[in-house]
Amino acid sequence: MGDHAHGPAKGLSRWLFTTNHKDIGTMYLWFSFAMFILGGSFAMIIRAELFQPGMQLVEPGFFNQMTTLHGLVMVFGAIMPSFVGLANWMIPMMIGAPDMALPRMNNWSFWILPPAFLMLASTLFMEGGAPGFGWTFYAPLSTTYAPPSVTFFIFAIHILGLSSIMGSINIIATVMNMRAPGMSYMKMPLFVWTWLITAFLLVAVMPVLAGAVTMMLMDIHFGTSFFSAAGGGDPVLFQHIFWFFGHPEVYIIILPAFGVVSQIIPAFARKPLFGYDSMVYATAAIAFLSFIVWAHHMYTVGMPIAGELFFMYATMLIAVPTGVKVFNWVTTMWRGSLSFETPMLFCIGFLILFTIGGFTGLMLSIAPADFQYHDSYFVVAHFHYVMVAGAVFSMSAAVYYWLPKWCGRMYNETMGKTHFWISFIGFNITFFPQHFVGLAGMPRRIPDYALQFADFNMMSSIGAFIYGASQILFLYNVVATIVSGKPVSDDKVWDGAEGLEWTVPTPAPYHTFEVPPKIDPAHAHT
Amino acid sequence: MSLQTKRRVSAALGLSTALMAVTGRLALAADDKMNQLNMPVGVTDVGKSIYDLHMIILWICVVIGALVFGVMFYSIIYHRKSRGAKAASFHESTKVEIAWTVVPFVILIGMAVPATSTLIDIYDFDDAEMDILITGYQWKWKYEYLNEDGENVSFFSNMSTPQSEIYNTQSKNSNYLLEVDEPVVIPVGTKVRFLVTANDVIHSWWVPELAVKKDAIPGFINETWAMANEIGTYRGQCSELCGKDHGFMPVVVEVVSKEDYASWMSEKQVEAEEIKSLMAQNFSMDELMSRGKAVYERACQACHGANGEGGVGTAIAGSDVATGEIAGHLNIGINGVAGSAMQAFGGQLNDVEMAAVITYQRNAFGNNMGDMVQPIDVFNYKKG
Repeated sequence: MGDHAHGPAKGLSRWLFTTNHKDIGTMYLWFSFAMFILGGSFAMIIRAELFQPGMQLVEPGFFNQMTTLHGLVMVFGAIMPSFVGLANWMIPMMIGAPDMALPRMNNWSFWILPPAFLMLASTLFMEGGAPGFGWTFYAPLSTTYAPPSVTFFIFAIHILGLSSIMGSINIIATVMNMRAPGMSYMKMPLFVWTWLITAFLLVAVMPVLAGAVTMMLMDIHFGTSFFSAAGGGDPVLFQHIFWFFGHPEVYIIILPAFGVVSQIIPAFARKPLFGYDSMVYATAAIAFLSFIVWAHHMYTVGMPIAGELFFMYATMLIAVPTGVKVFNWVTTMWRGSLSFETPMLFCIGFLILFTIGGFTGLMLSIAPADFQYHDSYFVVAHFHYVMVAGAVFSMSAAVYYWLPKWCGRMYNETMGKTHFWISFIGFNITFFPQHFVGLAGMPRRIPDYALQFADFNMMSSIGAFIYGASQILFLYNVVATIVSGKPVSDDKVWDGAEGLEWTVPTPAPYHTFEVPPKIDPAHAHT
Repeated sequence: MSLQTKRRVSAALGLSTALMAVTGRLALAADDKMNQLNMPVGVTDVGKSIYDLHMIILWICVVIGALVFGVMFYSIIYHRKSRGAKAASFHESTKVEIAWTVVPFVILIGMAVPATSTLIDIYDFDDAEMDILITGYQWKWKYEYLNEDGENVSFFSNMSTPQSEIYNTQSKNSNYLLEVDEPVVIPVGTKVRFLVTANDVIHSWWVPELAVKKDAIPGFINETWAMANEIGTYRGQCSELCGKDHGFMPVVVEVVSKEDYASWMSEKQVEAEEIKSLMAQNFSMDELMSRGKAVYERACQACHGANGEGGVGTAIAGSDVATGEIAGHLNIGINGVAGSAMQAFGGQLNDVEMAAVITYQRNAFGNNMGDMVQPIDVFNYKKG
């Protein structure tokens, strides 16, 4: 601690009024983990009901509320805030900045989240129940036919959007203005790059989502007919607006994960990242393409053939930059000096499973074949391979990788590896069979199913319980590390790790880089 | 036997019992649909070409995956630090990077060509020999055979799986959740155009074996078509979340020979004529009650309960509506209640059915109004 610096305030006010990027990052991370557990318990209810054919535990209406809230909580409550938390912690430390550019806004962008989710969760106890129209909330099921709680849902979405926009503006301002002297854009760590691009995506599409829910609000309460054909509107308009937000949204979720993996694989391969420049260009290309492929979620709405063809070709094109990324990661491992600590295991798990998710994504892009895949469990399997094995696995890798730097203590490696293997096996038992039932004709979002799908659904449920349980091990390991892990004092916790965050003391002091670091001009990038 | 061996033996026994249970289950599944792994080839030419596309792209992915994962696992095995591997320092190669950008691009073009031609086939709606209007309702399908020369034949198709099977008080039959009271019937070898729309929210009409999935959107009409090459019964489901009972609105398509279709159609037309003549008839209380009971079980029971006790919908036993004026009762039956789950049944039930079910509701579940509604009353009410 420098002589003019001050430590954190005491008690609750430290957390309520903090403008410190590390405190805010910590709060984001814990909040997102709490949401991960909440969204996960919804998933457990879903899988318990689907354990056998027939209705056993819940009613169909409640089942729909569970699928809806599971999606919303996982996307907006768990995955997105977890990466914002990681950005808060790591971006200033990676670019040699003392803090985020807009610290007070940073405090706000976090603190409006818990009330928003409290409000969303409270809809479960309202008359008519929580929203049951799916996380994609297609009109008119979400407007004319929605329960009264939809208004609270709309307000919650507005607040989440606000939080994301503020967080993104902060990240953009930080990266553009607060890099240490000598750190040019092409010297930034890839995690910073992917987040910069993600932040631009968020600023571009979150207002679109806000527009969509506002139009819903108008349709419900103020007599407009944006999404009702009876009044001259169009239900499909909703889908176009939603997916114009929704497709970039999936890259908002996955790009920071790409960044994490690009930091960790070189560290445990003890070899620089292969094709740094092409990684940056590929990320930018994916971000650009994400804006012109939205209607591949809508192949069955009855678009004209020209539209189908355009969206099919554009979507197929995404495979090229995504392929470049996968090839670069594998080549980074090639002729490295590999070791397999928990973060690396999660990254390899990411690489295998995300690639499988990418393959099914490519299959889904083929419009005629999508007429069979669309809205089936094949899609459910696809996006869980991308979201869970993509975002959640890389987030686990990130926590294990940087936790020693954050708290100055080492996690239990055996327990970490056990967490990985149980997750990996549980995940595949859960989601691999879903490809089969989807292809065989099982629609998604159904509370009960025909008998021919029974065996694979039971398998899927067992896998889900295993995967769910493995997260308790994760929680235990992290808490045990913070409380009583073996102290580490090396600045550089991992021998192969590169980057400015490994030049500050361990644990990272409350304030870092009050004086900008010197960047070695000869060093290509971190 | 040592303790360890014992453990091994019992573990092996456990494993083999589990395996036997699985294989037994598979053997029981005489139906080849049980535990099906792949997309059905289907019974249409379009379905076959979609299946082929699916398999080509699948194999391309498998080959690429084998290469990528092969390289990765080679590294994982041979380039480990614990084996003394020393890290190389290379970090870029323009040639390699250009190669792995261009090669996938070329593969994609190779994929796009057959995909485009299949899509063009699917979008060729011309020369259909007959048209069927499909309307999605919460939670049933209505089929209307459009007939240029005479009356359209139309009917609703409701799931026929009883609640007792769904709630596990009775064992489930092999077509559990995939059976309807009245399937849509189409002739084999005939290009049938489906016009798809919805009455309330968005639904989606999906029959995997016909390779048809089209969203049913309220206020808009989508086109799609199928030409089945084989006689048989093909089952599908609604595939767009449409509310509470989304999982309970199956599609059953009966593909029959052209002769069978013709005789089925003429039967339906005779039936329609009969209903028409019934419209002018006066029924006795008993007739109305027995017809009304059947209609109630099909159209009302899911929401209002088997004994009129209510559920999603309000109770009918002792309700103000069912024991109030006939006009008010007719109004709710025909026009529904805006903003609630109570649909307008005026377009779903014919006048005989409406008259019968209203009479039934007024004289069942302890409601003893003693009055009757005749089809002509419904007709007059609708006319205003």
